[in-house]
Amino acid sequence: MKKGKKLSATNRTNYLTYLGVILAFAILQPMSAAGKLSPTMQGQLVPICAYVVMALSLNLTVGVLGELSLGHAGFMSVGAFSGAVAASALKDAIPNGGLRLAVAMVIGAVFAGIVGVLISVPVLRLNGDYLAIVTLAFGQIIKSVVENLYVGVDGRGLHFGFLKPLTNLGQGGRMILNGPMGIPNITKISSFVAGFVLVMVTLAVIFNLVNSRAGRAIMAIRDNRIAAESVGLNITKYKMMAFVTSAALAGAAGALFALGQNTIVASKFDFNTSILILVYVVLGGQGKMWGSIIAATFLTVLPETPAMRGLADYRMLVYAIVLILVMLATNNPALQSFFARFKKAGEDKTVKGGEQA
Amino acid sequence: MKKTLALLLAVCMMVAMLAGCANGDDPSTTTPTPDANPTDSVDNPAAGAIKIGGVGPLTGGAAIYGNAAANGAKIAAEEINALGGLQLDLRYEDDAHDAEKSVNAYNTLKGWGMQVFLGSVTSTPGVATSVEANADHMFYLTPSASSTDVLGGVANPLTGTVDIERKDNVFQMCFVDPNQGSASAQYIADQSLGSKIAVIYKNDDVYSTGVYNSFDAKAKELGLNVVSVTTFTEDTKTDFSVQLGDAKAKEADLVFLPMYYDAAALIFTQANAMGYAPKWFGIDGMDGILGVEGFDTSLAEGVMLLTPFNADAEDDATQSFVAKYKAAYGETPNQFAADAYDCVYAIYAALSNAGVTADMSASDICDALIGQFTSMTFDGLTGEGMTWDASGAVTKSPKGMVIQNGAYVGMD
Amino acid sequence: MVKFLTFLINGVSLGSVYAIIALGYTMVYGIAKMLNFAHGDVIMVGSYMCFFAISSYHMNPVAGVLLAMVVCTLLGMVIERLAYKPLRQAPSLAVLITAIGVSYFLQNGAQLLWGSNNKMFPAFLKGDAFSFLGGELKVSVTTVVNVVVCVVVMLALTWFTGKTKMGKAMRACSEDKGAAQLMGINVDTTISMTFAIGSALAAVAGVLYMSSYPILVPTTGSMPGIKAFTAAVFGGIGSIPGALLGGLLLGVIEIFAGGYINTQLQNAIVFAVLIVVLLVKPTGLLGKQIREKV
Repeated sequence: MKKGKKLSATNRTNYLTYLGVILAFAILQPMSAAGKLSPTMQGQLVPICAYVVMALSLNLTVGVLGELSLGHAGFMSVGAFSGAVAASALKDAIPNGGLRLAVAMVIGAVFAGIVGVLISVPVLRLNGDYLAIVTLAFGQIIKSVVENLYVGVDGRGLHFGFLKPLTNLGQGGRMILNGPMGIPNITKISSFVAGFVLVMVTLAVIFNLVNSRAGRAIMAIRDNRIAAESVGLNITKYKMMAFVTSAALAGAAGALFALGQNTIVASKFDFNTSILILVYVVLGGQGKMWGSIIAATFLTVLPETPAMRGLADYRMLVYAIVLILVMLATNNPALQSFFARFKKAGEDKTVKGGEQA
Repeated sequence: MKKTLALLLAVCMMVAMLAGCANGDDPSTTTPTPDANPTDSVDNPAAGAIKIGGVGPLTGGAAIYGNAAANGAKIAAEEINALGGLQLDLRYEDDAHDAEKSVNAYNTLKGWGMQVFLGSVTSTPGVATSVEANADHMFYLTPSASSTDVLGGVANPLTGTVDIERKDNVFQMCFVDPNQGSASAQYIADQSLGSKIAVIYKNDDVYSTGVYNSFDAKAKELGLNVVSVTTFTEDTKTDFSVQLGDAKAKEADLVFLPMYYDAAALIFTQANAMGYAPKWFGIDGMDGILGVEGFDTSLAEGVMLLTPFNADAEDDATQSFVAKYKAAYGETPNQFAADAYDCVYAIYAALSNAGVTADMSASDICDALIGQFTSMTFDGLTGEGMTWDASGAVTKSPKGMVIQNGAYVGMD
Repeated sequence: MVKFLTFLINGVSLGSVYAIIALGYTMVYGIAKMLNFAHGDVIMVGSYMCFFAISSYHMNPVAGVLLAMVVCTLLGMVIERLAYKPLRQAPSLAVLITAIGVSYFLQNGAQLLWGSNNKMFPAFLKGDAFSFLGGELKVSVTTVVNVVVCVVVMLALTWFTGKTKMGKAMRACSEDKGAAQLMGINVDTTISMTFAIGSALAAVAGVLYMSSYPILVPTTGSMPGIKAFTAAVFGGIGSIPGALLGGLLLGVIEIFAGGYINTQLQNAIVFAVLIVVLLVKPTGLLGKQIREKV
């Protein structure tokens, strides 16, 4: 009734995004439960959710805050390893898989958030490409550190080692994180349902942040930092808010991802993974959350489709060409104006519809 | 405007997903749909062929290993199919040396109707796929994923705990990492090859670190004098001046290199440039160094390595394999190719002995093959009289080789 | 002391390779204002060209380098024409992603064309140029050639951008494309020219990189690409002398970090130093302080 009338364009898009995610889940979950999905698709459900959350959280930094980050996989790494170590250590304390996953995701988010705070201090003093390279640098440092980290558990509790394998584990203890070999024995507790919930939570967090007073401040900073500062906005505070939220969400995604894999190693979360997530964001459109969701899903599923697998040796070459062509097409002025005409027509219709209601 | 475009993308995505669904309705009963062109599939396999799948890095930085294994396996399958008896349908999928993608590749093969799995070529993906194959009870024989984590069931010497339970359907064709490390230390001690020993290993690599850890433990036990231990990573594998400088400054007369031959080739070149000439000792990953196009083999003169395969061996089987490989791919095969070749033949022998037919399910075949592998003896390119026990590790004797005048010569 | 000097020489040797890659990188960045992530892969293509010219066709190394330069120049121009030019009006991130697509394309194309096997680049720069302290300290010919080429390229680029008409046009474009166009500068041609020069430099860089670290695979270019990007930022991105300085420092820090601290953390230390430097000098060592206009 009244509510429908008052929906702004932004709110409408937000609700449609929620609706789209719920719809996709409602279609895929029964198919998954009934075993109607191909084994490949079935295995990709959790990673897709993790990548979607990664893309959404990076979009908060890149699209909403307007800063380029080339080290987002670093936060995923922190979340993945802290979450997986926590899940492994809490195996006996929390026998319920779903609950343990939730705890692991929270721990992953907290750790990634803490790292985000530490990183944001130097990062947010810089601008543009200098900021980008510092995020790249942190991504590399996180990879190097995790690669040299050893964690084990025995009767006396958790043991940590750096650079050298643990030597003080007692009899009956367990090695959890084994330096460069990563965590080789993860018990898979992530599920598509958990992934769906995390995507919804992420959307809720981001939409609420963006639509709040703080969100408007963040976007004001993006559009004109000096003007924003001159009206008395605390630049560092708002920038940090967006950056740390983005890091924490990436941490939760990392935990979800790790606990859906059999094994994870530090080198998985490298520069290439950061770039891949950036590709999702740019392809989906900066600041457009639904775009990130579609792009992340599309690009994760694409190389694994039977059609692409059928290309054999040419698979990754074709993938590269598709990527270039999509970028060219989305930025082609002729195509843009072509679609703009449709959009205009569509908008006219909705406006009329709105008036009638 | 972007909305409409995104809609297009969404449509593409849905089509892709549906295509994925359509293909995987029920892999055990239906024949595979023809639209899924098998990657690297052997030409014209007969209708009643047994489907064998393999996963390896066919693209990316580790592509050299995956392609070698896929090519070696393909030659074996072609030879077997030419015999006219039991037919094999072989398909390799790409994992780009990534655990996540290797599981995707495994699932693709499962959707195709794979009955026997040749495992992953590299270790980290191998750990991931072995868990999947264990859950599906799909027989798993890897040519080269040498980490003990792939097999499971090995107790941590420190704690006595078995961190990963034994996956009873998983077997290896290559030496398991700790065996290589301790065998190398034993060999160096027995032959008193070095009074001061330096080690350079690749810290972010499961294979290299695994061998180093066991070498280190055994070296301490045997009282070897290790004076310098330095590392490198994927990101710093260009400049070895620090590592070599350290070894040289500490007057190491033997350098142990548990690594693949691409980094070793750079190490030899740089050591030569700085006038450092210790004895070099490598492991099976060193094999292939003589096949690098343009490599000055005099740099590798005197390099010792423990390797199960020697492309210059005189026996007929090796010579025929090497000739076929060179004719088909224009390169000298390395141990990855030979291990994969042996894998296919070992599986073939086991399938024939057990009387497996193409209409059996993967699970039944798995039971039959586990029984065969724990009881049979197999002669291949990489060793004679190979046997497997319930631990999944192979028993074969590594050959000590030394490079002389650009060719391997047996040591002793 | 000898240890220190050895590390220093090795660091300069490694750094000179980073520097020469960074020069091409910073040139393209300074003018086209885009992070060309495909630059490392152009280096790889150049290295393959030179490898085949010398090994398979037994050409003179100099002729091989020239061939590589010609091929890379053409390749750079084709890439620019097909992939970057249509995006001239698009946001810079869109171009960045396209560059990543080009990078994937070149790597996978190279693998299909030339296989995934390692190739050993022929050593045509051999031996030691200088020797001190009775042979304890040696400087190889490769290092000397690298440093000399770096300085020559740096001086040539400085002269070119400062004195020639085309160079001035490039600087004008980098300042303000719209104003440059109004002054009668053909912006499209200028940017294409930048890519041509940047790619030719990539070929030279590839050959020098390969003579120091001669293992050639389709992914050869990716790590030096990232390191060169880091070096360029270190020195102040867009600054030509900065790229040289940044490259050299990066090499020296990398070797010292490995030599004096820990080889396991080599990379982490390099990047930590980078962060500290950027905190003190937010636009790199020789970068221009951009005053913000209100």
